[in-house]
Amino acid sequence: MVKLENSILLSIYEKMTRIKMNDERFIAEMSAGRITMPYYSARGQECIPASISVLLNSDDYLVTIYRGIHDMLAKGVPAKLIWAELAGRETGACKGKGGPMHITHPATGCMLTTGIVGAGLPIATGLALSSKMRGDQRVTVTNFGDGASNIGAFHESLNLASVWKLPVIFVCQNNRYAEHTNFAKGTACDSVASRASSYNMPGVQVDGNDPQAVYAAAKAAIERARGGDGPTLIEAMTFRFNGHTMGDAGGYIPEEEYKTAKENDPYPIFRAFLEEASVATAEALNELDEAISLELEEAVRFAYDSPLVDASDVLKDVFA
Amino acid sequence: MPKNENIISAVNRALSYALENDKDVFLMGEDIADEEGGGVLKVTHGLSSKYGADRVLSTPISEMAFTGAGVGAAIAGMKPVVEIMLMNFTAVCMDQITNHAAKIRYMSGGQTSVPMVIRTMTGSGFQTGGQHSDFLEAWFCHTPGLKVVMPSNAKDAYGLLLSAINDPDPVIYIEHTASYWNEGEAAEDGELIPIGKANIVKEGNDITLIGYSRSMMEISMVASKLQGEGISCEVIDLRTVSPIDYDTVVKSVKKTGRALIAHEAVKSFGVGAEVSATIQERAFKYLKAPVARVASKDTPVPFAKNLETEFTYALSDIENAVLSCMNYVESDK
Ligand SMILES: Cc1ncc(C[n+]2csc(CCOP(=O)(O)OP(=O)(O)O)c2C)c(N)n1
Repeated sequence: MVKLENSILLSIYEKMTRIKMNDERFIAEMSAGRITMPYYSARGQECIPASISVLLNSDDYLVTIYRGIHDMLAKGVPAKLIWAELAGRETGACKGKGGPMHITHPATGCMLTTGIVGAGLPIATGLALSSKMRGDQRVTVTNFGDGASNIGAFHESLNLASVWKLPVIFVCQNNRYAEHTNFAKGTACDSVASRASSYNMPGVQVDGNDPQAVYAAAKAAIERARGGDGPTLIEAMTFRFNGHTMGDAGGYIPEEEYKTAKENDPYPIFRAFLEEASVATAEALNELDEAISLELEEAVRFAYDSPLVDASDVLKDVFA
Repeated sequence: MPKNENIISAVNRALSYALENDKDVFLMGEDIADEEGGGVLKVTHGLSSKYGADRVLSTPISEMAFTGAGVGAAIAGMKPVVEIMLMNFTAVCMDQITNHAAKIRYMSGGQTSVPMVIRTMTGSGFQTGGQHSDFLEAWFCHTPGLKVVMPSNAKDAYGLLLSAINDPDPVIYIEHTASYWNEGEAAEDGELIPIGKANIVKEGNDITLIGYSRSMMEISMVASKLQGEGISCEVIDLRTVSPIDYDTVVKSVKKTGRALIAHEAVKSFGVGAEVSATIQERAFKYLKAPVARVASKDTPVPFAKNLETEFTYALSDIENAVLSCMNYVESDK
């Protein structure tokens, strides 16, 4: 495969770093008892949205799930708005009404985060329908897990999107577990990507830990969508390092599988690649890390310094 | 514009007006385009021929996907009118309705909204059995964030539908199958009826009869009959069952001192229970009798004709309930 331009690789690295640092800090703040929330870490999966989002415009749409803060950060939602939201502050992305499972930020195209497995796919299909009707050339990316591909909404949405040739990209981040259930135990076929053939659309399986592979698959899908040729299903193989949710030690994951996955942690591997391929020096990468770390500090401070949501807001925004 | 029309024509005209005047409006549903027959009861007949099959979209049988697609298009600023062929089938896409459409404005802190209408129809009396005739409005009323509109005549059907399409929030719009062919005065083109406002159909002094959708037929008949017997009924059509126009209801009950609510949905946990409870909260000391509820029996809708008739209330049930309210004496307590 051709090596991507350095600037693109660095941009992917920057997004991956931002995601990883934020994730580590969320966990630290929760462990210290300063934030209470349901949290589904995406540590290990950061390469997928980082590599796709460098191809998207800010007005392209994103729909994601409870395990989707990495998708949000990659698409461009400012970290401080996410932090303030998770801390339940008035300045949060959704004024504290949504929380980690329901972040919305239309300014960066992030239209919906859902806590219902599979439910984002029909909604993404509708966003894509609006783009098709308006001819606005936007594409919609919707992320979900392998478990979601067993839900009816997945199948209905792929069918509808294909019948209507909608500009939507279905991205399955296959981390091999649906809560505690192993992929093979819950899914009757060998791959999620193979399901695309039932719906007459391309289904591609890629190594979700390889930025260049994810980038290439996304590029083809986006071109296809913008060209009016309809949807694509991408299955990006990955792994989640922190269990299903905070406090889940992952006892159901075989020792060996866990060990192999850890040895293949995409983050250090990508960083090493950038140095070896002379994309950037260690010093340059450290500098980038430092800048992101400062941004993170600011985001955390912004959240804690912001006022709590006013209790009288409880009835606001039920209706217009 | 016709002088009189039935509800099918009123709904068709309202949809046509909306499609004509607002490019963001589009329709989705099974078999709704003319190529597929213009809807099973022809409610959308002619619309795809006039406005294009790309705005009047016949969908595959996938309620979850196309209702969800309505939600997605709505958060992008379109105004989808999604048709769920029969109300029982909303069960298939309840997740999209209650977990998503209803809550997206709130959960996003007001950043996105779902200006979508879900049109559906239902009604017993056609021997379609347990899965094709339920009134499920209480399901939706119990979810904050949804508005629920249930017209009883052609003029209201027209004006309420246009208001629902213009509404910035999701509206469940329920048509009654048995009332579809009832002729009534036609609305003017573009005439609106506000959501959340009840209609005082007839003024009276002795008892307030409250209904919506099909029950308006029967309570109006009972009111006319009892008028001849010296009982003066005030008749209120709620028109919107969420939110309910309690100001109008409570004001009327304070005047009459008695109230009865009738609906075709089953009795337990229904709209009648809610209306009754609120009347007692807000007008207790004015009541001369307990609030009466007339509704269908707590059973799935049966198939056999005589059982189906037995399932829902009879005209005489309403009349008897009014009479016992009128004859209620303290010592009954
Ligand atoms: C409809 C529904 N059923 C069950 C759940 C509970 N639940 C939350 S996450 C999850 C596992 C989903 O796995 P997958 O789709 O593979 O995504 P992942 O969490 O691995 O990213 C389950 C069962 C839910 N949120 N929604």
